[in-house]
Order: sequence, then structure tokens, then C-alpha cells
Amino acid sequence: MADLSTDFLGIRSPNPYWLASAPPTDKQINVLRAFEAGWGGVVWKTLGSQVKNVSSRYSAVDYHGSRVMGFNNIELISDRPLPLNLREIRECIRLFPDRAMIVSLMADNDRKSWHELIKQVEDTGAHGLELNFGCPHGMTERGMGAAVGQDPEIARLVVEWVMEVATVPVITKLTPNVHSVVPTGRAAAEAGSQGLSLINTIQSVTGVDLDSFVPNPNVGGRSTFGGYCGPAVKPIALKMLTTIAQDPVTSKVPVSGIGGISTWKDAAEFMLLGSTSVQVCTAVMTHGFRIIEDLCEGLSNWMDSKGFLTTSDFIGRSVATLTSWEELDMNYHIVARIDPAKCIHCGLCYIACEDASHQSIALTPGNPYNTYTIKEAECVGCNLCKLICPVDSCITMIEQRHGPEYLNWKEYERRGLPLNDH
Amino acid sequence: MIRENRLTAAEYAQNFSDIHPPFETRDAALVDANRCLFCYDAPCTKSCPTGIDVPKFIKQITTDNLHGSAHTILSANILGGGCSRVCPVEKLCEGACVYNLMEEAPIPIARLQRYSTDKAIASRWPVFQRAAPTGRRVAVVGAGPAGLSAAHALARSGVDVTIFEKEALGGGLMTYGVAAYKVTPEFCAEELDFILSVGGIGINYGCALGLDVTLDELRRKYDSVFLGIGVGLARQLNIPGEALEGVVDAIRFIHTIRSEGYPAVAVGDKVAVIGMGMTAIDAATQARRLGAGEVTMVYRRTEEEMPCTKAELDLAMMDGCRVLWLTAPREVLGSSGRVTGLVCRRMRLGEPDSSGRRAPVDTGEEIILDVDMVIKAAGQMPYDGLMAPEVSRAVDGLAPVFAGGDCVNGGKEVVDAVQAGKEAAAAILTYFSKC
Repeated sequence: MADLSTDFLGIRSPNPYWLASAPPTDKQINVLRAFEAGWGGVVWKTLGSQVKNVSSRYSAVDYHGSRVMGFNNIELISDRPLPLNLREIRECIRLFPDRAMIVSLMADNDRKSWHELIKQVEDTGAHGLELNFGCPHGMTERGMGAAVGQDPEIARLVVEWVMEVATVPVITKLTPNVHSVVPTGRAAAEAGSQGLSLINTIQSVTGVDLDSFVPNPNVGGRSTFGGYCGPAVKPIALKMLTTIAQDPVTSKVPVSGIGGISTWKDAAEFMLLGSTSVQVCTAVMTHGFRIIEDLCEGLSNWMDSKGFLTTSDFIGRSVATLTSWEELDMNYHIVARIDPAKCIHCGLCYIACEDASHQSIALTPGNPYNTYTIKEAECVGCNLCKLICPVDSCITMIEQRHGPEYLNWKEYERRGLPLNDH
Repeated sequence: MIRENRLTAAEYAQNFSDIHPPFETRDAALVDANRCLFCYDAPCTKSCPTGIDVPKFIKQITTDNLHGSAHTILSANILGGGCSRVCPVEKLCEGACVYNLMEEAPIPIARLQRYSTDKAIASRWPVFQRAAPTGRRVAVVGAGPAGLSAAHALARSGVDVTIFEKEALGGGLMTYGVAAYKVTPEFCAEELDFILSVGGIGINYGCALGLDVTLDELRRKYDSVFLGIGVGLARQLNIPGEALEGVVDAIRFIHTIRSEGYPAVAVGDKVAVIGMGMTAIDAATQARRLGAGEVTMVYRRTEEEMPCTKAELDLAMMDGCRVLWLTAPREVLGSSGRVTGLVCRRMRLGEPDSSGRRAPVDTGEEIILDVDMVIKAAGQMPYDGLMAPEVSRAVDGLAPVFAGGDCVNGGKEVVDAVQAGKEAAAAILTYFSKC
């Protein structure tokens, strides 16, 4: 059995799954239920200045009959009294001493406020702090949250204030609402933040109600930009995570990955691209804490099948395979192949290739079933047909190299090799 | 003994309730609609005689465009609502669904079609707008699927249509010739109203061709005539005893069920049904559902050659009907003028006949069934001389005559008749455009 235990800057947890700072971690009753279910740790919902929330708070994007492909919220940081939160954090640590307890913070934008908040939180016995520089709504209008994370120099200043008093590890949470997460990540790391986490939510409008004409979520006839998360944002998060893992400064600090993680497969992908721990929220908001069972069992079984004994055996393993486009091998060539025994004659590959790609699939009429075959000479190996085919392994991509040696674009151009003639 | 009124009102209601109930909710319809792969050049569409764009109408359900969905269906098949109830979809659209090739259940196309069309019909959505009147007048004989389909297509194009119908209600076999648990008389009436709501169609009920009106008369008074008169002639068995009391033909039997109500229809204690087509199944299952103690279906070939679908056979089996394969009737026995038994011969399969199916050959082995009623469902015969869409060209100042549906094809599905009506309407409009 693989060992899922995780050590993040000395913060230990029995597995790499932490609950992200969010409604599931804003009070003792939820956190204790999460720990009983088996979650490795929590990032307690952000503490800081006193706020009040509105109703409604969430909206979602459904896709092709599935609910909540993407999720959006306009909820602010914790709206419960600080002393109550601190008392409950202390109690959760006492009852589950083996779980990671990180507390998310967003103080008013002055040195004194940060210092006071950190001292009070450290007094609970919390194992680490996460600085919320990412919240994209509500708090930004007060100069907090993403307003800090979007400006590397402000972020650097706040981290410096934090590091003056913090005695437990400090993780800086990055906002994706920037051109690149790297500048703020670097500023935080250079100012002393021992770890990074990303991504926070992405500013969004999830949709407009076609009867009321008001975007959602509807708060008394008005709406506001919210923070988008859930399965839809995973690819964006993975890209941003990779840029952090590849930067010479930010790659030196451990990362806690966040963004649409719903299954053990998602978690494994985040870890392959550099996450030491992963944080989950939307999947729990839609299905409850019980999902932790398969998150752990699936990851463990996969690690066993790959011969990984601990998570450090594969964390970051895929980072180096993501290169710039011009490093890609121009001689690598694949063509699609349709397995006639598996084909169900739906024609989806044909019409996609015909209307949207390279007209590389031949249709032989039949009644009622047409036959579809690949015109190999025309096929550019784009994957489109394979991606949309509803039958697993019916369309495979077969390697047919243009040449034996590795040949990237720079070399291709230097040699003056021919461009497409069609 | 043959007698009516065998069951209570509640039992009749139970036995003849909707066999394919509709989706109860939008959510339920969406679960199945979202499974549809949206195939290109879709096998389901190619397997529909009227060519309904199935992937499109299902997609329109998922996008909450139900008006569009109903239009997609009804513009190809104006009886799309009725067909969603009576079509043998297992050998048409659903039978061709690519999910079958994945060993998965096909998309319930008929049920989804019913979902859209039920809403359109119940709410009387104005799906079609009639074109400006052209001044052309067409007589349609028969308010069955072929006639209604032709009438609607013509009326939409601005033609004034008068339908001559010998029965008291429209719908043809949909109203009078299909098992009542598939489609209710109330629905047939609603669907007819919906079709007529396009405007420009009048119906003269109780007006039979040859009795109340002649073809020559119609050819003189109208610019064209369409015959959608169905197949009225049941194939006879030509065996001794066929005239005994208790021998009925299936078309008549089902017509009585539909026109007189369940309690009024007499059935025997032990019933033999001759044949294995859809009508035979409808007769056998309904005999059971009317309270017959035993129903035995007698068919001279095997399951391989039967004209009904497997789903229909399963239905008969589930209703407790017995099937004697490779058995052909030879004589109906009687006493005091009433049926007392059916003499049959056991058959074996020989060489293929003109239908391509292996022909039954008499083995000489005889069996006698103890029955008191025999229902004949050995097929129907088309009228001679109605084998082409355009039967008679305009001559001597008489309007041309077109024909389609069962009277031409010898008795196929409702959906085939709808298509024939569509094609005839197109032919008539082409004729008008040229003269």
C-alpha cells in the first residue's frame, strides 16, 4: 500500500487532501465532520475584518445535463466573530492532532492589523497560515484580497509585515486574475513566504437569466462579478501551477494546488505538475465530505500500479515535459485510425473533420450505417476525431514519424525546410 | 362460449391503459435526451420512412426549444404524435440507434417524440402557418394517416381540401385499427383537431366512395383527387368452416373494440388467432385483455419469418398468449353453426418462396385445437390497380387521381402512409405548378 502521508513545510497530514478555505471550513461542526470522514487537513475559512454576506451567493454553469461544471460565488470571508472562530480552531486541533490546520488570513491593509491577527491565530496552535491575496470580489473594493495579489509590490510589502511576526509556515495564495501568477509568486517567495497555493477563483459572470434578464446570482434584481471555480477551471489552474513550478524563484517553495480538483485523477495531475498538497472545495460543496474515500483509495491504487511508494516519488514529475512550442519535435507525426470492429457509425468524427479540420475522413454510404475510414495522407494528427469519438479506444493515433531525428521549429526554420503548400 | 362484458370497468381501464407512458417530467426527458450522441447522417433518421431529423429534435429538447422540436418532427410527419405511440420503433429509428451497436439501450426516440408533440398538440401551438389560398381544390378520400398527411401538406400550401370519410370519426386505422392500449380514441381526436387547425381542410363524415359519392363526380368537381382509402379486404383462409359463427377477421374485431367500447366486444373462452403480423398481435393481446381465457396464435412459419417485431411478440407472450409455430389452419370445426375447434397441420420449412422467406410445407401431421373463436389476421390485400402514386392522369376534362398509403402498398405502417401522403401532396402541387 502506498504511503499518502504528506509533509508540507513540516505541516504533516495523513494524506495530501486539504479542504480549501471556503464555506466547508468555516466552523467547527463542518471541520470535525471532515476530519471524521478522513480529510488530511483544512485551511480554515479566511479570518480578518468583520464582514456581512448577501443572499443569494452562488451560481453555476451546467453542461449537457450535468450540474455544476463550473461554480461561482460572491461570498466574502468569514462573517462569524473572530473569538468564536479562534475557539473552534483550537478545539478542532485538540480533537484531531494528526490533521493539518492552516488558517487563511486577510487583515485590514496595515501592518498593525496583520500583526495582531497573526498573533491571535498562532495562539490557537494552528500549524500554518495562508495569506488570502486572491479573493476576487467584495474584498478587493476595500483594497484587500486580489487587490493585493494583483500588485507584486503590495504583496511583497504585506508578506514582509507577516514574516516579521509569523512563527509557523506561511503560504501565500495567488489570484489567477492576472496576466501571470509568477510576479506575485516571486514577490511573496522573495519576501519570505515559505510556500505558495494557487489558484483562487477566477472573476466571472456565469450567465444571464433569460426571463428576468438579470445575471446570476440574482441579489434583489442585481448581480456582481463572482469567483469561478469547479471542474471548468482545472485546466487554467494546471497551467498557472506549471508556470510556478518552472520559475527559478517560485519553484524553490512547495505549492498547494487548487482549482477544480474533484477526483484522485485530478489530484495526481496537480501533483505531477508540482503540487505537494492539494485543496478541494467545489467537489465537497456538491457532494459532501464522503468523496475523500475514493480520493485516497484511487490515488493509493494508482501509486501502487506505478510503483510509487510515497507522493514525493512523483510530485513534479511532469513539469519538465511542458516546454515552449518551438521545442516540440516537427518530425513527430501521428495519424488517426478507426477500429472498424468498435465503430458505431455515429459519424461524429467525419463531420468534425469535414467541417472543422482537414477533410481527412472518407464516408462510404450505407443504409442505415455509413462506413468511415481515415485518409491517412490527409490526416494532420490533430486528435479531434479521437477526442469526440464516443467509443473508448475506437480511434487511436498511430505514430508515423516524418523523420527519425528530433527536429524542433528553430532548427526546421534554420534549415529552410518547406512549409505547408495547401 | 363467446360473450361480451367479461370484466369490470376498472379491469378494462387497467388492461387498456397506455402501454408506453409519457415522460412524467422535463428532468426525466432530459436524462434520455442528453444521452443522444447527435449522430451525423443519423441512422435513426435514415430508418424513419418520413425522415424525421431525430438528432435535431432531441437536441432541441435539451436546449429548451420545444417549439422548434415539435416543428422539426411535425414538418416531416404531421402524425408525429400518433406515430410516437404506434410505430414499431424497434425495427425503425430505435432499432437503428447506434447505442445498439454498443450493446446499450437505444435512445427512447418515440418517447422523446411524444414529449415534444404532446405539448404541441395539447397546447395547440401554431406550428404551421397556412400559405395564401391558391384557389385550387383537392378532394381527399379517406381521413386516415395518408389522407390527413396529404390534406395537411396541401392545405399548408394554400390548397382548399375536402376530405370524404366513410366512418364517423377521422384517423383511419389509427382510430379504428390499432390496439387501444397504444393510442386512445381521445388522442386520435385531439391529433385530428391539431392537424385541421392549420385551416383549409373540411371533412365530410359518413360519406363512402362508391356509395355516397363517385370518383367521376370528384374528378369533375375538384382540381385533383387523392385516394387514401386503406386496405379494406382481409385475406380469406379459404378453408371449410370459415363461415361459422365465431370466425371473425381481426380488422373487424379491432374496429369493434375501437368503435363500440370494451364491454360490448364479445370474445371466446378459447381463442385462436391466425397470423403473426402486427394486426394479429393487436388482436391476440386485446382478446386476452378483454377477458378471453386462452389465446393461441397459429403461424405457419417460424419466429425467423414472422412479420411482427420481437417486441410485439414479447408483448403477446407477456399477455399470456400461446404461440404454435409451423402450424397452418386446415378446417374450422363447428356444431350448431358455432365454432368448436380448429384443425391444423404441422408444417416444416422448405425452399424460399417469392417473398424470400422459406415456405412452409405440410408434414401431414394433424392437431386439433379446442377453441370457440377464430380471429383471422392473415394479412390484407391491396386494391388492384392502385399500385402507383398517380393512378390516373387528367383526361377528358377530368382531374387527375393520385393514391397512396395502405391502398397502394398493401398495408404497411402508419408512418409509411404518412410519407405516401406527403409525397402525393408534393406530386399534386407539382402538377398544379405545371397547369
